Amino acid sequence: MSSVEPTLGWARWRRSWWYHAVFYAQTWRGSVVSSVLFPVFYLASLGIGVGHLVAHHHGLVEGQTYLRYIAPSLLATTTFQLGEGESLWPVLASVKWIRVYHAAAATPLEPRDILYGKLSWVVTRSFLTGVVYTAIIAAFGAVESWWGLTLPFIGALITLAFAAPLTAYAARVESDASFTMIYRFAFVPMFLFSATFYPISAYPGFLRPVVQLVPLYHGVALVRAAAFGQGSVLVQLTHVAVLGAIALAGVAWGRVTLRRRLVD
Amino acid sequence: MATRVLPAFGSRRSIHIFERNFYAYRSQWLMFVSGFFEPLFYLLSIGIGLNHLVGPQLVGGRLVSYATFVAPGMLATSAMNGAVIDSIFNPFFRLKISHTYDAVLSTPLDVTDVALGEVWWALSRAALYAASFIVCMVLLGDTTSWWVVLCWPGALLASLAFTCVGLAGCTYVRSWQDFDVVTLVQLPLFLFSGTFFPITLYPRWLGAIVSVSPLYQAAALLRGLATGQFDALMILRAGYLVALGLAGLWLAARRFRAILAP
Amino acid sequence: MTAQGGARDIVLEARGLVKRFGAFEAVRGVDFAIARGECFGFLGPNGAGKTSTMRMISAVSRPTEGSLTIFGLDPRTHGPAIRGRIGVVPQDDSLELELSVRLNIEIYGRYFDLPRRVLRERADELLEFARLTERANSKVDDLSGGMKRRLTIARALVNRPDLLILDEPTTGLDPQARHLLWERLYRLKREGVTLIITTHYMDEAEQLCDRLVVMDNGTIVAEGAPRELIERHSSREVIELRFGTDTPEQIRVALATHAERVEVLPDRVLLYVEDGDVALRAVHGSGLTPVSSLVRRSSLEDVFLRLTGRTLVD
Repeated sequence: MSSVEPTLGWARWRRSWWYHAVFYAQTWRGSVVSSVLFPVFYLASLGIGVGHLVAHHHGLVEGQTYLRYIAPSLLATTTFQLGEGESLWPVLASVKWIRVYHAAAATPLEPRDILYGKLSWVVTRSFLTGVVYTAIIAAFGAVESWWGLTLPFIGALITLAFAAPLTAYAARVESDASFTMIYRFAFVPMFLFSATFYPISAYPGFLRPVVQLVPLYHGVALVRAAAFGQGSVLVQLTHVAVLGAIALAGVAWGRVTLRRRLVD
Repeated sequence: MATRVLPAFGSRRSIHIFERNFYAYRSQWLMFVSGFFEPLFYLLSIGIGLNHLVGPQLVGGRLVSYATFVAPGMLATSAMNGAVIDSIFNPFFRLKISHTYDAVLSTPLDVTDVALGEVWWALSRAALYAASFIVCMVLLGDTTSWWVVLCWPGALLASLAFTCVGLAGCTYVRSWQDFDVVTLVQLPLFLFSGTFFPITLYPRWLGAIVSVSPLYQAAALLRGLATGQFDALMILRAGYLVALGLAGLWLAARRFRAILAP
Repeated sequence: MTAQGGARDIVLEARGLVKRFGAFEAVRGVDFAIARGECFGFLGPNGAGKTSTMRMISAVSRPTEGSLTIFGLDPRTHGPAIRGRIGVVPQDDSLELELSVRLNIEIYGRYFDLPRRVLRERADELLEFARLTERANSKVDDLSGGMKRRLTIARALVNRPDLLILDEPTTGLDPQARHLLWERLYRLKREGVTLIITTHYMDEAEQLCDRLVVMDNGTIVAEGAPRELIERHSSREVIELRFGTDTPEQIRVALATHAERVEVLPDRVLLYVEDGDVALRAVHGSGLTPVSSLVRRSSLEDVFLRLTGRTLVD
């Protein structure tokens, strides 16, 4: 133990990051499978299988084969699921059932250090998953632009935009009763309706603005633009701004709820 | 071996396990209702987007819309997913975490009754889900024939097979982390069992492997029923599901005995 | 067997009972018979084979060898009929934590095919008996340990059993909760219910049991009434001596001259004597200086130590 406690910054919350990393190291097998193998399964089934049917009937989708068209969106859905999966139940478990965050709060760590450590670890994982996944879809030929190099960063941003507010929410509830509802009525529809598996033009005109309100839609649009090097920079910056604003608001909210839960 | 006086597949008393679950889940009715929406969302999403991209498919020599092709597969998937909750997830909790069954076994109920009772419970929930799903298929226009009502007993057959196999599988689960393995089986089954595209797209050898999948057999059976395209093969498919169910229940009861009353 | 044996009304009888799990032999051929209205105890440390024996006599787990009759029936073939007349209080309660106290009794009663109307009345009675009437609608999860155990006993009585089997009924309870529980068990006994209890508490066995067996390593090492066992296997009184550090061999030899028997435990020395005060004076007279000393009557603990060379509760 060092004799002088650093007062702020990475020097403090890296311990929380480290705790999450060590914990993960013991249980990584299942989640490596789910975060790398599962999108590849989807890619094979929908991209190759359904893609074959699409090629016969419809031809190209927005100038791409169907496989290439959905390859980047699966990065968005995977990083979204990573952010959501690491937030609700695991956070409630940490603050209520097994109370490891209470144990951490009894050390020199402040609640915000625990929050930053947790979120930065999830983002780290997301980034690493993004690197592997980008390499895989590049091998399928689904990355056509040097902008593709930004895909792991976009993935990390998507993860943070979900992990931050959901962590904040999970830190303030008393039971997991609402989680299943959130999962079924928010996450599943988001996964299916964010123009993930077909262009937004498939929706009737009046529904399109509604779809554009969905956070994941901005992630899907962003990864697609980056992979294909399409679209105006200004539009992409809007998507980044939306996701970034959600992430920042989530972090700020999380500082409040976690402090209330652990200290007050 | 002891003389087998007790029925191998449980007795009338198994109904009390159903009752127990009814009381235990009574306060969670919202969760049950909500569970029905997931496959509906899939149907809607496919109807909106993929229907246009993919175009009509051949079923039993007749062309049907892609949504009509996929809907029975979603119904079968819903049977599988329901079984994962009702026969793996929840019974695992009662078997290894809360030790509910230990208390049950000091009453006149036998392990076979416990296993059978869980099957009753899973099947009744499946019956409700399947019925409302079929109504949605009709409302969304994803059916071509009134024969679709036969999908209801068909879906129950699928649920029977998945539930019993799941119940046997549940006894091999050691901790919550093993559920990663469950998902690792569930997702490829969902994606590759001819639910989204006909298995004729596969090379012949791969198609042969896929046809072993109970989800494929269930989807193919339901597709025939939903479109009113009957053939002799459907009897084989139904037989396959029943056989899987009986084998699963038999193994489940054996494994339950090994764990609960060694 | 004992003086009471012979033409009694036998509820349960085991002959050469064996339970093996693979290569491990948990119960190695035990014989006992339990009479109607009796309170019969199984005493022994963890791993002695008590729980395996309990599970066999609850007609849940099947004996590997030997014969077992309960109410004159063979549990291998008449399991449901036998279990219909037994009440079981398992060690870990295994209650339905998410359900109300009342529902726990009623649902359990349904397993015995009892009609709902009957169950509603019985639940009222049993809640009264377990002093849980005010908590009837509470979630079990919110009850204290003692309340949960009382509920488990109430639940086990829902079928009005002729035989009640309790596995470590008071483990983990505070003294007050234990005494309340004992009082309820006396009441049942007065009403003619046959009780079978496992415990590793000596006082509990002495208080409750008419007769008991001491189990060790899967076998029965002694059988009889508590006082009878103490008289047979121990002296009248015991002196407990503590020395500052560990007890050197010389002290042990020196002490041996003052007692019928000496046991050296890690933290103390036990001297088995007829008259404790006389012997203690003699110890002091011989120049030994224990840090503390205590004279008490012999207990089942001493019987167990004598028979197995080990203490019951570490």
